Amino acid sequence: MSDVASILQSGPFAHSTNTVQRTMFLVLLALTPATLFNLYLFGWPSIFLFAVTIGSCVVLEGIALLLGGRPLMRTLTDGSAILTGWLLAMTLPPWAPWWIGMLGAVFAILLSKQAFGGLGQNLFNPAMVARVALLVSFPVVMTAWIAPHPLFTDGAPDITQSIAITFGGEMPDGVTAATALGYVKTELSRGIPVSQSLIEYGRGSNLTYTPDLMDLATGYKPGSLGETSAILILLGGLYLIRKRIITWHIPAMVLGTLFIIGTAFNLLDSSRFAPGLFHVFSGATFLGAFFIATDYVTSPVSIRGQIVFGIGIGLLTWVIRTFAGYPEGMAFAVLLMNSLTPIIDQYTRPRLFGRTSKGEPLPIKVQA
Amino acid sequence: MQLFNIRGGVHPDDCKQLAAHQPIETLPLPALLHIPLQQHIGAPASPAVRRGQRVAKGDLIANGQGAISAPVHAPTSGRIVGVGSYPAHHASGLSVPTVTLQPDGEDRWADSIKGVADPFALEPDDIAARVGAAGIVGLGGATFPAAVKLNLRKKYQLHTLVINGAECEPYLTCDDRLMREQADAVIDGIRIMAYALGVTRIIIAIENNKPEAQAAMTVAASQHSNIQIAHLPTRYPMGSEKHLVQALTGQETPARGLTADIGVVVHNPATAFAVHEALRFGYPLVARVVTVSGGAIQQPRNVRVLLGTRVQDLLNYCGGFTVQPTQLLSGGPMMGQPLPSTRVPMVKGSNGVLALTATEVNTQPSMPCIRCGSCIQACPCGLVPLDLAAHTRAGELEGAVKLGLLDCIGCGSCAYVCPSHLPLVQFFNYAKGEMAARGRAKQKQTETKRLIEQRTARIEAIQQAKREAMAARKREADAKKKAAAASASS
Repeated sequence: MSDVASILQSGPFAHSTNTVQRTMFLVLLALTPATLFNLYLFGWPSIFLFAVTIGSCVVLEGIALLLGGRPLMRTLTDGSAILTGWLLAMTLPPWAPWWIGMLGAVFAILLSKQAFGGLGQNLFNPAMVARVALLVSFPVVMTAWIAPHPLFTDGAPDITQSIAITFGGEMPDGVTAATALGYVKTELSRGIPVSQSLIEYGRGSNLTYTPDLMDLATGYKPGSLGETSAILILLGGLYLIRKRIITWHIPAMVLGTLFIIGTAFNLLDSSRFAPGLFHVFSGATFLGAFFIATDYVTSPVSIRGQIVFGIGIGLLTWVIRTFAGYPEGMAFAVLLMNSLTPIIDQYTRPRLFGRTSKGEPLPIKVQA
Repeated sequence: MQLFNIRGGVHPDDCKQLAAHQPIETLPLPALLHIPLQQHIGAPASPAVRRGQRVAKGDLIANGQGAISAPVHAPTSGRIVGVGSYPAHHASGLSVPTVTLQPDGEDRWADSIKGVADPFALEPDDIAARVGAAGIVGLGGATFPAAVKLNLRKKYQLHTLVINGAECEPYLTCDDRLMREQADAVIDGIRIMAYALGVTRIIIAIENNKPEAQAAMTVAASQHSNIQIAHLPTRYPMGSEKHLVQALTGQETPARGLTADIGVVVHNPATAFAVHEALRFGYPLVARVVTVSGGAIQQPRNVRVLLGTRVQDLLNYCGGFTVQPTQLLSGGPMMGQPLPSTRVPMVKGSNGVLALTATEVNTQPSMPCIRCGSCIQACPCGLVPLDLAAHTRAGELEGAVKLGLLDCIGCGSCAYVCPSHLPLVQFFNYAKGEMAARGRAKQKQTETKRLIEQRTARIEAIQQAKREAMAARKREADAKKKAAAASASS
């Protein structure tokens, strides 16, 4: 070694500016408009729940890292725990009590992420595992959706009331409302055709608040933070595609499949099956398609694999929403497809240069 | 001309502006030249000079040995002051057989140096022989003996000569400058090579970040209707031989094969220039153009250096360092090798000396793989680098080989884009080296087993022979005894 401090290693000695932190930060940035709008829509209780959920995720991640003897600051600042908490908070009923957020963080961070080995190692999407675990364990709390009560408007809870709602578990009377998906499902089970209940949901026969399709898109409707405001979520998703954080394949396949199959069955029997556009604009479809299904760790790595994965989620979401006991199927669909990710990866590897798809060298042929 | 799509690739900042405007300058004669005897792929050359001997510029100082090798010539006139070993132009810094020459300052060519008036009157074999005797190797960095490649016409059905002027590595501008300044000589060399190969079609491929070189080559080639200039999109690794051929012809070279399998031979413009000099003037390869660049270099330049010049002499000529570089490299930043010291000599394959700052290298601690798939999109070979890395990490090298480890060209596109800054190329280099070592160990084992079996058989045969001889003697003795007994009794 003379006068130059060179380290003996392999190239490349140039690197793109992309990092894990930058990726996570851009995803958070893309979620921000929809989140802010929804926090405004549902007021202080939702802000408290949002803070508790993210805070719990970060603290639990820190504890797990300490226990595992892994680098604390570098991993904690990668933004992945914040993102998990953020996504989880967006799938909860906005006025759910604080312990829902905290328990969700335990499911997400400890059981489905750190227990598998931390960042990059988990098979299932942590936020979805937590949402499904909570939904199965606490079905009443987890389906207590409320109509929008925008901040600083009449009827919105003030800070004291909000503390009581989030930390005291005192849900005021008469604020809950069904989500569009939930309403349609319930009505159908009572024998009322989908086509009719859709109109009724629109007119608001027995609701304190009545959204129409336009409201479904803008988000002025009952639901979780991520379920409302499809437009803002869509804008965030398009921003991620533009920034090349995600590709269009998974979202397009999820939305496309859901729309096509929904439309097809609606044409067959509009009394039993909701229209395709309704499926696309209700529930957490956009959040799921752009932010949940595209999670790097739990989705296939090749483009072909992502196409299969997206179609699978669209299909399963529709099947669960239509035939299963739960009105919302996105979370289940994502988890089911997560479990198929390794096998999809196995069968969707790109073809190697100079080889056939079976891996044999190409035959030699000279063209003069 | 029509181009074809290739898979993957990345767009690093090309940083060519640092040196692209600097005309090629000639480095003043250094005080000493350390000329390694192995500057090529293949067997090292064997020294043909003694210590103390006087040599003229272009005199042979080492003979090529074997089918794949290249001779080495004196880069200037002077006295041989040592035939020994000296640190190599290689990341290891190990010493290799080297001839040390003290220039006499006259830079006098040997009297025997003589060109050919009309190379096109020679037999193709003659041209290849002259190229071989001039010690010309692939100057793009691979350093494969050029004559061996010119002789490919004997084994393959060739139709096209591709000149790889992509120069897709960032920073490097030596081929760019050579094509701009010596366009006619380069074209002449290309035509001589095409004649030797017996091909009719010539494509000169240059990336779009070198418009001046594209223009210069177009003008120089305008007389010759069989030469096409291809304007390549600027994308790394466009200059990877097989990918370049695919971009130009749409044909994919079969795995583990050569581009010659599909009728194409690829050479570098600097090699063409060397062929021109060797045929027209009889000059052997004793100098080459090198780009000295990087954020830590005072004055980035393109310099024509004599082979054997120390890196330090070159750095001094370029004003030394502005700041202490984080990384000193031979070659480009994507596939270049770290230089262990500035004492090492310049060799036939060195196309760049880069001194990079910490900002340019942008090394960061590794994070876990987040399976973002960027590496798959970037890989020009269709590999799944994250899977290869996982297998390598787990010691599952056979699994990695099944997934195509040995098809990896080591271009570093995957590691370039990795947001987790994983040292993917290092993983693959380790795995390839380990697999090669295992292969050698296995071969050794089989060979040992074979020898032992032969030995056992031989010993067995000897013992068998002994037993038979003994039995024969016994029979003889018995027969004699019987005969004696019979004669006694009769």
